[in-house]
Amino acid sequence: MDMNEIKEIFFQECEEQLTELETGLLAMNDGDDDPETVNAVFRAVHSIKGGAGAFGLDDLVAFAHVFETTLDCVRSNKLEPDETVMKVMLKSADVLADLTAAARDGGTVDPARSSTLAKDLEALANGQPLPDGDAAPEAAAPAAPAAPAEPVAEAAPAAEASEGPAPTDDSGFQPVPFSFDDMDEAPAEEAPEAAADGKVYTVEFKPNAGLYAKGNDTALLFRDLAQLGQMEVRCNSEALPDLEGMDPEDSYLTWSITLTTESDEDAIRQVFEFAEWDCKLEVTAGKPDADENAEEAPMVPVPFDLSMLGEPEKEEAPAPAAEAKEVAAPATAPAPAPAPVPAAPVAEVAPTPAPTPAPTPAPEPAPAKAASPIIKEPAKKPKVSAVAPAQQIRVDLERVDRLINLVGELVINQAMLAQSVGENEETVSGQGNNINLGLDELNQLTREIQDSVMAIRAQPVKPVFQRMSRIVRESADMVGKNVRLVTEGENTEVDKTVIDKLAEPLTHMIRNSVDHGLESAEGRMAAGKDPQGMVKLSAKHRSGRIVIEIEDDGAGINRDRVKQKALDNGLITPESNLSDEEIDNLIFHPGFSTAEELSDISGRGVGMDVVKKSIQSLGGRISIQSNPGKGSIFSMSLPLTLAVLDGMVVSVADQTLVVPLTAIVETLQPEKSDIHGFGAKQRLIAIRETFCPLVDVGEILKFRDEPADPIEGVALLVESEGGGQRALMVDAIQGQRQVVIKSLESNYSNVPGIAAATILGDGRVALILDVDMIVSASKGQGLALEEMMSA
Amino acid sequence: MKTKVLTVDDSRTIRNMLLVTLNNAGFDTVQAEDGIEGLEVLEESNPDVIVTDINMPRLDGFGFIEGVRQNDLYRSVPILVLTTESDDEKKNRARQAGATGWIVKPFDPTKLVSAIERVTA
Repeated sequence: MDMNEIKEIFFQECEEQLTELETGLLAMNDGDDDPETVNAVFRAVHSIKGGAGAFGLDDLVAFAHVFETTLDCVRSNKLEPDETVMKVMLKSADVLADLTAAARDGGTVDPARSSTLAKDLEALANGQPLPDGDAAPEAAAPAAPAAPAEPVAEAAPAAEASEGPAPTDDSGFQPVPFSFDDMDEAPAEEAPEAAADGKVYTVEFKPNAGLYAKGNDTALLFRDLAQLGQMEVRCNSEALPDLEGMDPEDSYLTWSITLTTESDEDAIRQVFEFAEWDCKLEVTAGKPDADENAEEAPMVPVPFDLSMLGEPEKEEAPAPAAEAKEVAAPATAPAPAPAPVPAAPVAEVAPTPAPTPAPTPAPEPAPAKAASPIIKEPAKKPKVSAVAPAQQIRVDLERVDRLINLVGELVINQAMLAQSVGENEETVSGQGNNINLGLDELNQLTREIQDSVMAIRAQPVKPVFQRMSRIVRESADMVGKNVRLVTEGENTEVDKTVIDKLAEPLTHMIRNSVDHGLESAEGRMAAGKDPQGMVKLSAKHRSGRIVIEIEDDGAGINRDRVKQKALDNGLITPESNLSDEEIDNLIFHPGFSTAEELSDISGRGVGMDVVKKSIQSLGGRISIQSNPGKGSIFSMSLPLTLAVLDGMVVSVADQTLVVPLTAIVETLQPEKSDIHGFGAKQRLIAIRETFCPLVDVGEILKFRDEPADPIEGVALLVESEGGGQRALMVDAIQGQRQVVIKSLESNYSNVPGIAAATILGDGRVALILDVDMIVSASKGQGLALEEMMSA
Repeated sequence: MKTKVLTVDDSRTIRNMLLVTLNNAGFDTVQAEDGIEGLEVLEESNPDVIVTDINMPRLDGFGFIEGVRQNDLYRSVPILVLTTESDDEKKNRARQAGATGWIVKPFDPTKLVSAIERVTA
């Protein structure tokens, strides 16, 4: 893994964090005051900041930092998350998303926008009103001014204030000979010889028990200190009680170190950085005058062998470290090994011969786990703030796709097996019913496997829905409307490929609803409505498909205007007698736009026709229900997956084709009396009260030159663009089945009128019809007919 | 045997950076996504040193450190916290919980490695 890959991971993670952020903020906006929600929001921003820092993305870090600071105020209840605050937060989340995108794609973000928001955030954090006006005077006021940085009980390097033993009293300080020559491979340059002009410092060091409890180790501190220069260490063990009185976890030893170094005092203190809190430390220039004490309290010099600790050199350290620890372990064991038999101060027992494993620099509570008693107490469970989330793994999409492909093959094979067993019923029946039973089970299992595999790819629509809340905010801001977005069924799952393609049409439709659907606040009040408009986005499963609805409580489609516009654009003639539904559907016509002047948010060159096309390319349908004065509902119905399809297998001119079941409204067996000729070779079929143009599939696909006799065939009534219907004539229906979609484009090339291919049970390839293409190919005749009918 | 580092961080980005940095420096790494997972993998991985983030879901760094210190086997394993420069308060709280030292984020790979070497033998 290299840095670029990590960066990619970072941006992926940012997406997740931004989603998390928005979810949390929206929940807070809806009054969720669970501290965990605020925490999650805070963490999201914090994580983005952390990662951005690692990659030097300074703009992102800077903004995330102010954002985080303000969130921290909310988190610690210093700032009430009221409406004003939430508004700033939501906008900040948008800017953070933009900054992230800019960092990823190399774009830029309007610096004015981010700096204005940053100032707003800072003001909120400081309990001041927003800089650009009276927006939030009360909002921030009651909030306690962000407390002055908590008076941290500062880790005063205790030495100064220390009432500790004066280093130069008559305690039994004893010099510990310390030589770098003893170190096996310590390179000389790493441990500079005491330079002639090196300064001498005295370091008085008295660790508390806390130092060991936090995993620090005196020996390691000395090792680091030794890197600075020539040092001499003396240990004062006077405070060491007798064995019975000794608490192995306490700290009894104090140290006096004379260091000759070219480094300054700061460098010395730096070594004790982690230990500062848990010791008394005094660094003074010059030698201690404790030398003479050594004679008063003679102790046998103990070799201080640094090599036992492993060396700090980079290339050496990691490797031998573990072993070194094992070795060091006994030495750092709690007891001073030469246990003083007579209960007397160690200092007096002194004349122990040198070879004894003697007190080492760190006789305190064994930091090495090797020396710890292996008593496994159940560690007290720390409090857990939330239930464990469902276990998850991340899998490369490619692997899932491969699996789906294989399952597709399995389905085909299973169908082929079933078919050949069926064809050889005679031979097979001799075997009893077992084969058929087994086949049924296989069939069942295959279905289940397929469903489970599809479920792997299924994801909730939530992330896409969440993105829409920003779209609503921004487009509402732009047209000066007050709009709230209500979402429903966010956890409805659908195939990832469908989700990926959903954002664009949804964005456009939402913008459309805010821009055209909803009235202005004045208009709404005049109509006796809540001045705040509502856009509702919902998802649900219905008969094997996902249905997504975008509902607004606006004025509904202005049919007179739509009609006028369609007339102006020549889409209809003045004589056209269109139903309300047909008028509504005109807005999906290419090039249609009712916005009289292009406002900021529409006029991006994308019309509802593009929306419809993209929905259709997903195998979906879109429809409108509009209620004048009450609002409109755009409803999309999409397949749950793009990998399989429920199809009707039909034959046309000796070819086997598959028609997507979802496109078929009904199937009919035409009677002679139902067929009506029109013009040279056009025909209509009478279905109940209406007439519907007949389209011979074989002729359109050029399987034959002349249309077949409709009475011999079957008509499939399909819904076409614009809401009208067509009757597709095929020769016969073979059956219905689920087929695995194989792309023609990736295996061959695009074929007009054909959406894809599949492999049938008998191993033959069958083409899947692109119903809308077939219908539009027949459009020439179709349109003429429609006009005639409406005349 | 290599020094084994347990890293606990909820950010995949940071986990990966730690992984790469530490592996390049010759350490063994074990990773956990939050405090709870950290405590779970603690015993099975038996690390020589722990590097942990503070802000994490489920169980934050403070709770995690306390949890480690309550386990007799790991009372004195060095624990370094990842913290931002400015945050003295967090540093101090982490120390009270039993942290050995800290690493300032965004971390510089050499500083990270030397901080780990400072607290491991």
